[in-house]
Amino acid sequence: MFFQQLINGLTLGSVYAIIALGYTMVYGILELINFAHGEIYMLGAYLGIILLGFFTASGLTGQSLILSVALTVILSILFCAMYGFTMEKIAYKPLRNAPRLSPLISAIGISIFLQNYVMLTQGATDKVFPYQLGDTAIHFADVQMTITQVLIIVISALMMLLLHLFISRTRIGKAMRATSQDMTMAALVGINVDNIISITFVLGAMLAAVAGVMVAVYYGLVNYSIGYIAGIKAFTAAVLGGIGSIRGAMLGGILLGLMESMGAAYVSTEYKDAVAFVILIILLLIKPSGIFGRDLPEKV
Amino acid sequence: MKIPSSLTGPLPSILIAALWGSVMFLPFKGPGPALILFVALTAGITGLYGVSRLKISFRVLEGIPEFLSQHRIPATATLVLLFTVFPFILNNYYLDVLVMAGIYSILAIGLNVIVGFTGLLNLGFAAFYACGAYTYALLNTKLGLSFWVCLPLSAGFTSLIGLLLAVPALRLRGDYLAIVTLGFGEIMRLILNNWDSLTHGPNGITGIEPPEIANISFSNIKYYYYLVFIILVLSLAIIKRVEISRFGRAWKAIKENEIAASTIGINTTTYKLFAFAFGTFWGGTAGILFAAKMQFVSPESFTFIESVLILSMVILGGLGNTYGAVLGAFLLVLLPEALREVQLYRMLLLGIGLVLLMRFRPQGLMGVK
Repeated sequence: MFFQQLINGLTLGSVYAIIALGYTMVYGILELINFAHGEIYMLGAYLGIILLGFFTASGLTGQSLILSVALTVILSILFCAMYGFTMEKIAYKPLRNAPRLSPLISAIGISIFLQNYVMLTQGATDKVFPYQLGDTAIHFADVQMTITQVLIIVISALMMLLLHLFISRTRIGKAMRATSQDMTMAALVGINVDNIISITFVLGAMLAAVAGVMVAVYYGLVNYSIGYIAGIKAFTAAVLGGIGSIRGAMLGGILLGLMESMGAAYVSTEYKDAVAFVILIILLLIKPSGIFGRDLPEKV
Repeated sequence: MKIPSSLTGPLPSILIAALWGSVMFLPFKGPGPALILFVALTAGITGLYGVSRLKISFRVLEGIPEFLSQHRIPATATLVLLFTVFPFILNNYYLDVLVMAGIYSILAIGLNVIVGFTGLLNLGFAAFYACGAYTYALLNTKLGLSFWVCLPLSAGFTSLIGLLLAVPALRLRGDYLAIVTLGFGEIMRLILNNWDSLTHGPNGITGIEPPEIANISFSNIKYYYYLVFIILVLSLAIIKRVEISRFGRAWKAIKENEIAASTIGINTTTYKLFAFAFGTFWGGTAGILFAAKMQFVSPESFTFIESVLILSMVILGGLGNTYGAVLGAFLLVLLPEALREVQLYRMLLLGIGLVLLMRFRPQGLMGVK
């Protein structure tokens, strides 16, 4: 029971972690809660189902199934990158110097729009994944782990590693770090801050797309409303780790996933979703800077 | 990357934007609708481009509060007269809509105290609405207390809950406070949904009694309309009084600059607590009016979207403007009723509307910059 929950929690936690990365990167640079980030994840899940359905229907099954899965993942990432890019340009960029309330409300607007956009085009009922993938399970004693779970954990770890390398080793990564430390100073030394912000949004959206496709495979069904709750949970994960900190988001995601599946198993399944909210509220009241975060003094 | 100069004019930019939008739409509905969207987007963006070159004036709307305060007596008399005769000229359907608009107005002016006057973003106001509604529902169905006894109890209890949330939450600033209130709203809904023995979970509570005076039941919508109308006018009068009092001025000082406010001797924490308690009081009042009107409550009426809707009313009217909040509430309740055909697209349009409002008119219809 305990080890089974550990594995479930780890799977869930890896997904939260890669969504949380999107929140934390944007917050690190703009100090903005990108409220619509969860919806990008939802779009990723839908794109996964739609595109895989399209490819398998056009005959890419059997031996070529791997090819259609690969195409699905790549196209989902591309489309979500477009969504992330457009969202920033429409809803946030014009408001960069507005009072802090404005971008948050604009983000809520985008979030409501995207939810209803998907509801109207894809229907309000659950959409089922066309293919059952990776049902075979590995057993240790009474604990079982499906291939999908292994894949989710491995792919998430890989994404985090890639992101870490990108941010610590590349020129763009360096520019991102500089921008998040001091935007004005970064602009003064010749960094195109607008481009860096766009890249940050696109990176976050690409990660969310991967998370979405993986969750669609894992649960086998998606709904237009999954983005809101997943978004809140991923945001909690980001705050738990210390918002603005990349490794914090990774750790926070895993911790939250574990706490939630333990909570569901040992406390109450009905209040499973409340776990994240309670943690979030307690955390913000006691230690809003999270595990790895810095305490920022209030600017006068 | 250099952009060729042939692509930077207005027409190529419009076409590229339209193409971009329809490509993003493509996987969701297929090539046919995407093509239609392309044409629609081209036309729409061209139209917006044209409109953006015109100067739209909101002078008239901005003048309303000023006009009202200069000609207070005739203006109030006209409005009161108009709303008094409505039950004689409108049918029950319209009265029903107006009652909802009145209830939402009370919610909006309550939230406006917290967000508009004091500048504390609250994304969970529906929780206080629910609190007022459920307090009456439970006191009435379990203990048989009447509407009139419950009116102060519900509103007072909601105010207390608001205060209890505010004590710890107010140490947070800005976005974090918004997220905590959002979390509180969700927890409230989850509790109402899962505490079956008390709240009957998702099925809700039925059989709530409408108010009664001397055996005359207010279940008749005409009477109920007057009740809501009178409470709305009372709450408006009280809130306008408080707004120009020491409290209102302290709230506005905190909103402008909290540090500056504390240096001139305003105890910011105390006044923020007052704002929460006072604002949520009206949330509770609206809640009991809603429960007594529907004679039924369920958690479904108090979702996050409901909180966003109330906030949208305040923002649309103009943050910090009490009459604006009422205008916003009436617009957002009446518009979807007037545009029945687009009922399905109601929330979609609300989303777009919020983004556009923040972009082009962040101070709302009746707000001043």
